[in-house]
Amino acid sequence: MTEAKIACRNLWKLYGADPAGFLRRHGGNPSIETIRAEGYVPAVRDVSFEVMPGEILVVMGLSGSGKSTLLRCLARLIEPTSGEVMFEGRDILAASERELIELRRHKMGMVFQHFALLPHRTVLDNVAFPLQVRGTDRQKREARAREVIELVGLKGREAYYPRELSGGQQQRVGIARSLAVGPDVWFLDEPFSALDPLIRREMQDEFLRLQKMLNKTIVFITHDFDEAIRVADRIAIMKDGVVEQLGTAEELVTCPATPYVAEFTRNVSHDRLLSVRSIMAPASARAPDAAAVQVEALLASVARQVLSSERPVDVVDDGGALVGTLSRDSLIDALYGKEQCA
Amino acid sequence: MNAATLTRATEMEPQKPLASLAKPLLVVLPFLILLLAASLLPAWAVQVPKGWTIPFVDWANTLIGHMRDDAIFGLFSFRDLTRAIAELITWPLAFVEGLLVSGFPKIGLAAMPWVMTAGLSGVLGCYLKDWRLGLLSAGCVAYMAIFGKWELSMITLSVVLVAAPIAGLIGFGIGILAVKKQWFEALIVPLLNVLQSLPHFSYLIPIAVFIGVGHKAGTIATVIFAIPPMARLTILGLKGVAEEVREAGKMAGCTRFQTLWMVEIPSARQPLLVGVNQVIMQCLAMVVIASFVGARGLGHDLLFRLQALKIGQALESGVAIVLMAITLDQLSRAAAYKEPSRREDDATFLQRYPFLGASALVVVVSLLLASITPYAQAWPADLALSTAPFWDALVDWVTVTFYEPLQYVRNAMLLYVLIPVRDLFQSIPWTAMVALVAAAGWSLGGLRLALTVSGFVLFIAFAGYWERSLITAYMVTVAVLICILVGLPIGIWASRSERRTSIVKLLCDTFQTFPSFIYLIPVIMLFKVGDVAAISAIIIYAMIPIVRYTIFGLRNVPSEIVEAGITSGCTRRQLLWNIRMPLAFPEIMLGINQTIMFALFMVIIAAFIGTKDIGQEIFKALTFNDAGKGLVLGLCVAFMGLTADQLITAWATRRKQRLGLA
Repeated sequence: MTEAKIACRNLWKLYGADPAGFLRRHGGNPSIETIRAEGYVPAVRDVSFEVMPGEILVVMGLSGSGKSTLLRCLARLIEPTSGEVMFEGRDILAASERELIELRRHKMGMVFQHFALLPHRTVLDNVAFPLQVRGTDRQKREARAREVIELVGLKGREAYYPRELSGGQQQRVGIARSLAVGPDVWFLDEPFSALDPLIRREMQDEFLRLQKMLNKTIVFITHDFDEAIRVADRIAIMKDGVVEQLGTAEELVTCPATPYVAEFTRNVSHDRLLSVRSIMAPASARAPDAAAVQVEALLASVARQVLSSERPVDVVDDGGALVGTLSRDSLIDALYGKEQCA
Repeated sequence: MNAATLTRATEMEPQKPLASLAKPLLVVLPFLILLLAASLLPAWAVQVPKGWTIPFVDWANTLIGHMRDDAIFGLFSFRDLTRAIAELITWPLAFVEGLLVSGFPKIGLAAMPWVMTAGLSGVLGCYLKDWRLGLLSAGCVAYMAIFGKWELSMITLSVVLVAAPIAGLIGFGIGILAVKKQWFEALIVPLLNVLQSLPHFSYLIPIAVFIGVGHKAGTIATVIFAIPPMARLTILGLKGVAEEVREAGKMAGCTRFQTLWMVEIPSARQPLLVGVNQVIMQCLAMVVIASFVGARGLGHDLLFRLQALKIGQALESGVAIVLMAITLDQLSRAAAYKEPSRREDDATFLQRYPFLGASALVVVVSLLLASITPYAQAWPADLALSTAPFWDALVDWVTVTFYEPLQYVRNAMLLYVLIPVRDLFQSIPWTAMVALVAAAGWSLGGLRLALTVSGFVLFIAFAGYWERSLITAYMVTVAVLICILVGLPIGIWASRSERRTSIVKLLCDTFQTFPSFIYLIPVIMLFKVGDVAAISAIIIYAMIPIVRYTIFGLRNVPSEIVEAGITSGCTRRQLLWNIRMPLAFPEIMLGINQTIMFALFMVIIAAFIGTKDIGQEIFKALTFNDAGKGLVLGLCVAFMGLTADQLITAWATRRKQRLGLA
């Protein structure tokens, strides 16, 4: 088994007069009512998860759900009240300031919601900034910065100042800056929320293209469920500082763990999310039809075929072996009716 | 969420008319009772008995005397130390003065030719903004040369050029420390509040004691006076840096020092440069007033002529100061709002740095010119134009033509407004005043605020200058009321259209750059000396903020709400009184707050034209070098300002929160 790139265990972050003492007094696990009753603000409550190398974990929640605080605890921009954050097996909360700086200079990159570019620096200098602070000489850092700027498609804009760029372009600079040091781990804090819907879509594609090339370990924060579905390997849904459910998009939609998650996923168009596997019926061993569908195909891509067929359509795996059948009724149920959990 | 909306809803619910009156009534009631029953009260509750005076002045003088004479650090006394520090400032001062006007006779080097100074100012203006600013600054310098104000103006400019960077750097350092160390901020911010409300003269007295009088002392006073605004704007600027930007710095792996130096300070560039603008303007204002302790230059010239009641000549100096103020303000403002813009990679050196090239050209050409004709080196005195005859004629004409009506206005003002109000104020028992302030503090901000503000008033009462303070209070009150009566309609009128707004704002900006001392010239011309003249000066000066804030408040009412009013069928009048005014009112109150502060500054300066208030006492303290008295009186003035400031700010903040504007 490969080791998790980032992991957190029983992570807590409370705001108030004496959060650490308060947590200790309540055995490290107070209820939300106790927290609120004593005047503390819960930001992150007892969160544990692991992110595997090359995985995209999306943390999703509405504003005030604690998702940004959680991310900042992972990057230790905010000190957690208690719990553990492991980075490549090392406890990041025990790291000294010096070690932390080294870690950020080599292993972490972060993209911010409002871009957080330095207004007095050109695009080139903004992107080269992380290299500059770690002491790379001018020639090397500018060469590297030009490389990354080209990667994000901003070649030719090196001499511009941030205010001379559009929002989408500014975020490209933010992305380039976060990639300049070649980090292993990439934190993205609502990177596209401040952009127009059309640009947002374009940037999501751009992000996926980059990730295909770079294969970073990613923690991605968003409040937009559609965005989460588009980019995530796994999604964690947060509410009041707690992770309500963590799983693939398909799991969240088909088996919501709490009413809150169900509420969230209710309006998601299932046909672009669910695969044939999730709703097919088992079949006895026999040779499949010639007109069989792939088991991993999304419902949207097979809907016409299944709905126009009088009888259930056969489902086959990659090897062409029959694994089940899909009937018109079960497809309609899945798309429009109430779906049942397995 | 529900609970929050619920409390909010109850708060917003219209109160019954009686209930809404009850609270203000409760605040005023004890005051009214004590005021009306003044004749029934025991004497001690009306006038502060002599025996009750706390000898703050003596304490302060003992402390200052101890520091001056006895505090010894090894080989030298405290005064030696302050004088040594003062000595340090003479070097840069001599250098800049030598460069601008007096030359360096020891090494046989002449000062910069005036054409060079004018040319370089012009290039600077072009670089910072456009050719118009270039023309303004070059023209201003040329004016000084041609109209015979060259030496005086360049001396004043030297003080500003030396004092502003020093004050700026010290203020900047204090600001950084305050942002980084919480205990220091807790210490320094209240101190800054007091320092910024101390009248100008209060800075001069300790300087006179510890450093002496003279040009040097004036420069030091200027430096000290200009530190607080820079410190405050540094704090504001650095705190205003978006948290995300700071985090971006940290995530890039910045050390603490790198975060401060490469991320926070450059990101706060604009507020910091606005701070520099403030410092420059404060320096100019102070260097004019510092002529009272012997600073040379235009201010000294003005003071001298005002004392001799040579109004025409005083106006001439005043115009030079005003020109300089406008130019310095425009230049430093342009620097603050200048944005970096991209350069093409293949630009030549001259294309990259056109203004450096232009400056070099100016230097060469003007040196050449100066070697050809002496006119380019220094404008000959016998060719200097004087505008004094013109001003003199104007003053004569005004006095002759308007003598009757002016006398009438003056007498009417005195008889029907000033004297009755003054008598009323002087009949207010001190206990009533304390009760009023404490009750207001209580209702606006609870016990803490009540204690703070009544502490301020008690200090004034027991410092032994209660009657004088009441005179100051009466003058400020009358002036502020007139400012509101006149300024509010002007603000409302100006907010009606984009065009009017920009015109009035320009006027406000311009008038605000004038050193306050300037405002004494026209009022002396119109009303001679006395209370009417003083109050007129205060009114002109203190009008600026109320107009400015009224415009700002009215124009910043969210346009959606205004549109909602329009679609509900409001007439313009209804729109103003039902929508714009209530929403802009907190902002307008902050304007009134500023107006009170401005009025307090001016009322003290107006002591120069013979008022009988606390300012006159400060003036006397300055004459007799009585530092303790000057300090205590200065604090009395500061506390008056702070009392109003604390109460109004508390009210406005609460009101804004209720309206959901903050």
